Amino acid sequence: MQGQKFSFANLMFWVGIAFLYLPMLVLIVYSFNESKMVTVWAGFSAKWYGELFHDAQLMSAVGRSLEVAFYSATSAVVLAIFASVVMVRIKQFKTRTLFTSSITAPLVMPDVIIGLSMLLLFVALQQAIGWPEHRGLMTVWIAHTTFCMAYSTVVISSRLVEMDRSIEEAALDLGASQIKAFVQITLPVISPAIISAWLLSFTLSLDDVVIASFVTGPGATTLPIEVFSSVRLGVTPKINALATLIIGVVSLVAFVSWYVSKRMNDKLKATAA
Amino acid sequence: MKGLTARLKEKLPKGKHSIISLPYVWLLVFFVLPFIFVAKISFSEADLAIPPYMPMFEWSDNLLNIKINLGNYLWLAEDPLYWEAYANSIKMAFWSTLLCLLIGYPMAYAIAKAPKEKQAVWLLLVLLPSWTSFLIRVYAWMGLLKDSGLINGALMGIGIIDEPIQMINTNFAVYIGVVYSYLPFMVLPLYANLVKHDNSLLEAASDLGAIKAVSFFRITLPLSFNGIVAGSMLVFIPVVGEYVIPELLGGSDTIMIGKILWQEFFNNRDWPVASALAVIMIMILIIPISLFHHFQHKESR
Repeated sequence: MQGQKFSFANLMFWVGIAFLYLPMLVLIVYSFNESKMVTVWAGFSAKWYGELFHDAQLMSAVGRSLEVAFYSATSAVVLAIFASVVMVRIKQFKTRTLFTSSITAPLVMPDVIIGLSMLLLFVALQQAIGWPEHRGLMTVWIAHTTFCMAYSTVVISSRLVEMDRSIEEAALDLGASQIKAFVQITLPVISPAIISAWLLSFTLSLDDVVIASFVTGPGATTLPIEVFSSVRLGVTPKINALATLIIGVVSLVAFVSWYVSKRMNDKLKATAA
Repeated sequence: MKGLTARLKEKLPKGKHSIISLPYVWLLVFFVLPFIFVAKISFSEADLAIPPYMPMFEWSDNLLNIKINLGNYLWLAEDPLYWEAYANSIKMAFWSTLLCLLIGYPMAYAIAKAPKEKQAVWLLLVLLPSWTSFLIRVYAWMGLLKDSGLINGALMGIGIIDEPIQMINTNFAVYIGVVYSYLPFMVLPLYANLVKHDNSLLEAASDLGAIKAVSFFRITLPLSFNGIVAGSMLVFIPVVGEYVIPELLGGSDTIMIGKILWQEFFNNRDWPVASALAVIMIMILIIPISLFHHFQHKESR
């Protein structure tokens, strides 16, 4: 079974993993560097973390970004559950192609185009109906919900396709309403996918700099915009410290969500068997 | 199964439209409608006002004046800078897609062929970096590639070079940044495709005496065509419009269309020209996007 091809692919896999992880590892190591020179090692220090937490502007941007990410992820997942039902179970209706295209297009559409088009919409709406009154966290929320919804729909619909429908069928046979069967049977079964979709949306929203730059307004600078403007001026140890914290939190969340969904899947398999 | 679909048809009609309408209306208003405005404003005239463009429709003395300004497109056509930017973006997106494919395919193959219990962990290893901030991953390379950075420092330390090699602010740095950021997007669809392959075909080939390399090129590679297209489009399309990577890692000679659009919009405040740039970009990308859409659906079926 194990041939020449096999080991070449394995070698490439580990080379690729090293390529993906080494730069981040360097970043983490140098965030504990005493020196202001980012690339000269001058002893261990956590002082940049202290400075980071005293940067009021950055900290308030963190708060704003977490808030937007929370609301965006939540609304995106709700919309995505509906959209997934349409994608998977409602095979025929007029203009279905338009629907499926506009679900998948945000996945690949360059950020500058989404950002620009959203901004022009908000400006035009404001002129026409006076809403949104000004641009800020709310317009960022709308923009993020829209593109996070696309990612969430991919995650949730792929679970919904695989789902064994016999239990739902049984519930319908026993007289449960369509809605009751969906809420009590389908939702719990696809819940690992819903959690993954929510976390993915949360991180995507927390990470977006381009779209937010277009649609935000004064006083609503998100964390990535703040980081981007300081990174443009060069490498600073404070940003290294922030990056390390973000990497740490994301790794933890990703690991926990992976573990939870694995446990849930194992359990489902065990009960099914 | 047939019973269920019949019952669904019976019970759905009332609910069907309400289920469709919620996500549909959101998408129409916030995704489809904006493109109409981009198209409209690309035909407007720039103006020193808020918003910085002239209205297209005006109603005065019972006359409806519709002004369609082709000037933005003529302006783009006349200036070789924009042509170069489009050509360069497509070129760079093409080569980085190819690089991602060359690195990502063996990786996806290794995961798909790994023992079942390892696959999830290996896949997580590949995807985990794409969950951490994209901005931070590009930033990490700034520290590595700059003149006083780690790579130059190490090379000078060993004595291979005497003075730093210029790596940051070059196209080389942009390629590294793009491949680094987009590699997981290539691996995921390839893995999803490869893991579904039926091993019996390979076994049959080997029974009939085919060596591994032959059965790979005659069976595995053709079967993974959909995955290759999906992964390539997932890399190629966003990279054509990429802004953050060329801005942070590229130099003044890295002319990419996303960067030019950003400058027209934020620095020159020329919204109509930025819109015209976006319209042309969408027209260039419409073929790869429909390809992606087509293969995505073929895969999910």
